[in-house]
Amino acid sequence: MHSFFCRIAAASKVASRSALAVTVAALSLILTISTSNPAAAMNIQKIKTPGGIEAWLVEEHSVPMMALRYAFDGGSSQDPVGKEGVANFLTAMMDEGAGDLKSEDYQERMEELAMRMQYEDSKDAIYGSFETLSVNRDKAVELLKLSVQSPRFDTDAVVRIRQQLLANLAYADKDPDKVAQREWYAQAFAGHPYARSSNGTMTTVSSITHDDLAAYHKRTFARDNLKIVAVGDITPAELGKLVDDVFGGLPAKADLIPVTKTQPLTGGGQQVIEMGVPQSVAVFGLGAMPRKDPDFLTAFVVNHILGGGGFSAKLMEEVREKRGLAYSVYTYLQPYQHTSIMLGSVATKNSAMAESLDIIRKELKKMADEGPTADDLAAAKSYLTGSYALRFDTDLKIAAQLLGLMQEGFGPEYVENRNKLIDAVTLEDAKRVAARLLKPDNLIVTIVGKPLGLKSARPATVQPAMAVPGRG
Amino acid sequence: MRLMTLTRLSLLTILALLMLAVNPQANATDTGVRASEFKLSNGMDVVVIPDHRAPVVTHMVWYRVGAADEKRGSSGIAHFLEHLMFKSTDKIPVGEFSKIVGRLGGQDNAFTGQDATAYFQRVAKDRLGTMMEMEADRMVNLRLDEKEVLTERDVILEERRSRIDNNPAALLNEQMNAALYLNDPYGVPVIGWYHEMQKLSRQDALTFYKHYYAPNNAILIVSGDVTADEVKKLAEATYGKIPANPDISPVRHRPTDPPAIAPRRLELKDPRAGNFSLQRYYIVPSYVTAKPGEAEALDLLMKIAGSGSTSRLYKKLVVASKLASSAGGDYSGSGLDGGDISLYAVAADGVPLPKVEAAIDEVLADIAKNGVTDAELARAKSSFLADYIYESDNQATLARRYGWSLAVGRTVADVESWPDAISKVTADDVKKVAAQYFDLRLSVTGYLVPDQTGVAQSEEDLPPPSSDSVLR
Repeated sequence: MHSFFCRIAAASKVASRSALAVTVAALSLILTISTSNPAAAMNIQKIKTPGGIEAWLVEEHSVPMMALRYAFDGGSSQDPVGKEGVANFLTAMMDEGAGDLKSEDYQERMEELAMRMQYEDSKDAIYGSFETLSVNRDKAVELLKLSVQSPRFDTDAVVRIRQQLLANLAYADKDPDKVAQREWYAQAFAGHPYARSSNGTMTTVSSITHDDLAAYHKRTFARDNLKIVAVGDITPAELGKLVDDVFGGLPAKADLIPVTKTQPLTGGGQQVIEMGVPQSVAVFGLGAMPRKDPDFLTAFVVNHILGGGGFSAKLMEEVREKRGLAYSVYTYLQPYQHTSIMLGSVATKNSAMAESLDIIRKELKKMADEGPTADDLAAAKSYLTGSYALRFDTDLKIAAQLLGLMQEGFGPEYVENRNKLIDAVTLEDAKRVAARLLKPDNLIVTIVGKPLGLKSARPATVQPAMAVPGRG
Repeated sequence: MRLMTLTRLSLLTILALLMLAVNPQANATDTGVRASEFKLSNGMDVVVIPDHRAPVVTHMVWYRVGAADEKRGSSGIAHFLEHLMFKSTDKIPVGEFSKIVGRLGGQDNAFTGQDATAYFQRVAKDRLGTMMEMEADRMVNLRLDEKEVLTERDVILEERRSRIDNNPAALLNEQMNAALYLNDPYGVPVIGWYHEMQKLSRQDALTFYKHYYAPNNAILIVSGDVTADEVKKLAEATYGKIPANPDISPVRHRPTDPPAIAPRRLELKDPRAGNFSLQRYYIVPSYVTAKPGEAEALDLLMKIAGSGSTSRLYKKLVVASKLASSAGGDYSGSGLDGGDISLYAVAADGVPLPKVEAAIDEVLADIAKNGVTDAELARAKSSFLADYIYESDNQATLARRYGWSLAVGRTVADVESWPDAISKVTADDVKKVAAQYFDLRLSVTGYLVPDQTGVAQSEEDLPPPSSDSVLR
């Protein structure tokens, strides 16, 4: 039988979407950081529609389907104060009726056409994915257009979805992974929109109405903050018409609240949130360089060696392979539009969390002090360049990769150059950037569970996080 | 896999894959997907699924052995061995397997289910031969050091804490399976019972390995940018050199359940449960055990009854009566011993679980009595066929689709005639399986109840149980 967890996450539409959003946010970043070189087999066309909207296209006619992936800048950092969770709420409402079609009619129509449409939110954007079989394309595009331009947000649907979102929040509140993640951001970005959970709180989600959703949609679904990639069985001319149909009717300009650049707090910090679980979960992280920093890609390579490279990574070697302290331990670089961080996680039985964190701190310091070895660097480069093509073997993956590049302001040529950029990283670079990136004193740690011998410790400079510590 | 165990929670995946197992021949011109198969002289089965869009391949070896084949008392050994397969051979030093794959630009992992264990790599196509050499090497030359084994045992205990013990829903799922299967080994979790995992030894792993890991108990599946001829040549030069193990019986014997005469009911009270929710499982036939057409009818039945927001359960419980915040269900037909149906609902605020359960029973009884509509049946069928085309976008998914089926003794022809079989199912067939298999005597119902008085126990603190009769 399936696990209940899986069951709920997969079958409650809201839960599955939120889960997806998290995965996608993390993955797309990891993936888009480095793109590689299946460019040989892939022709990326930059098109401008008759209506003046830009889109990238990779034609692939051998499977009779197409995938569209698009993003509106904004995301949950645009949630008004007191209405936290509205972006996330909206992603669950996009198939709950549009135009003249009420929720049930819209969803049955989607099913008849075997059309797939999904929305996710991140801190910086709302993402949409659309897939259709070629044979149903025109009808599916009509349906997509309705949803993009005139979602209904009917009250009965709002009430229903709100209840699912509240149930998810209640569930997440008892999940040590989710609590640790949420509280890490609350601590690291106290006072900034990034401190707020994209899912909102019981209070804010309870207060979100039709008007809040409609207002958010009106402000953020526009043409000047829109990026689009299409992959599959469609020609440039057909795509031009499709894009104009679906998006041409949106306002020219989005009305976004300015978000300030920020950094996670420095000086470190450790927060323990008690929860009665046999295994504690820790989330740890610190500030990193922005995506456009000349050292970013080198930092990406260093992170791979330290904690990003699965079984080749130092943390995995020391915490899991040598000592059996954890099943999973990893780090990743997460550049946002207005900040950049390196984040990691480890889950260890309560009695061993202190030891695991000690080892992680030591490895961080060692990497900062000594940098990687020439062997480590060669292995990392070899993996990162060699595995690049694996990110481009399905239509959907290609679309997600390219959309990430577009959002980061790169051109299609990045795909061809990326492996050269990785190869150009020298040992000296890696050592210098490791020291620049990894400042163990700045490590912010959030632990959820009953970790033996660990207590909250706050540096004097830190304001208490918005969220209440000690819950759960 | 080392990162993911297929406890039965992942049957969800299997279900998804089975659903997608549509006839490539019917769509050959559309999709270009079509498997070819042959056998090596030592009895190893080979399936090749070409997809030439990107220069990469997915290489998988499936063993026809899983957790349900374990000796009583050593639960978890199939999955533990899967972890240990990454340790060393005469040629591969300790812990180097994944690192070598990584240096070659590949990604690798493995997973374990009740009926099968699979290992895979995704690599650039020119590395396929090396992957086959390495995989063939560890099929027979595994070397295990006592200390390495003990450390890895700690890792699987942490894995169990992460997946099961930290999550009340997963704990309930485990208890429900144990209650549902009176004698069939499906009642034992894939990852194992904690107290038995603690005692698993190097010798247990080696005994299991030597008995079950051999070419005549394995299936090679390669999908991606490759031809059957290329695979054949490489396979003969690697796997082909390994002698068959004559002790492996082609028939897999499993203890079977006696006739069930009483519905089983469980309630787990846990302070970590965020919501009031319930699950129901029924034992039903699988594709292996069903009469012709029955499993297909069950697939369609559960698509209509429980899949997504257009399903009967969602419409009645969530939209109309508002007794639940989410509800659904599905059929898993991939098992060797049998299949199962599972249903779930999360109660809406303040609604008692028995009331939710009664509403579920009403939906099921209505289908059993009045059947499904032609429109519902048509939508469900077209949805299965569309899924197939979508999934042909993904070579890794295709490889798994064939792997799961062949591992339980089904054939490529079975997989490829599935869409025909689906299209032949009538509304009457669906009604008939509903009437026959929604039989409470073959079911278990579990309630998950938030409880503020209970104290979560940490398994690491429990005294070792004196027998294996913890649950029964």
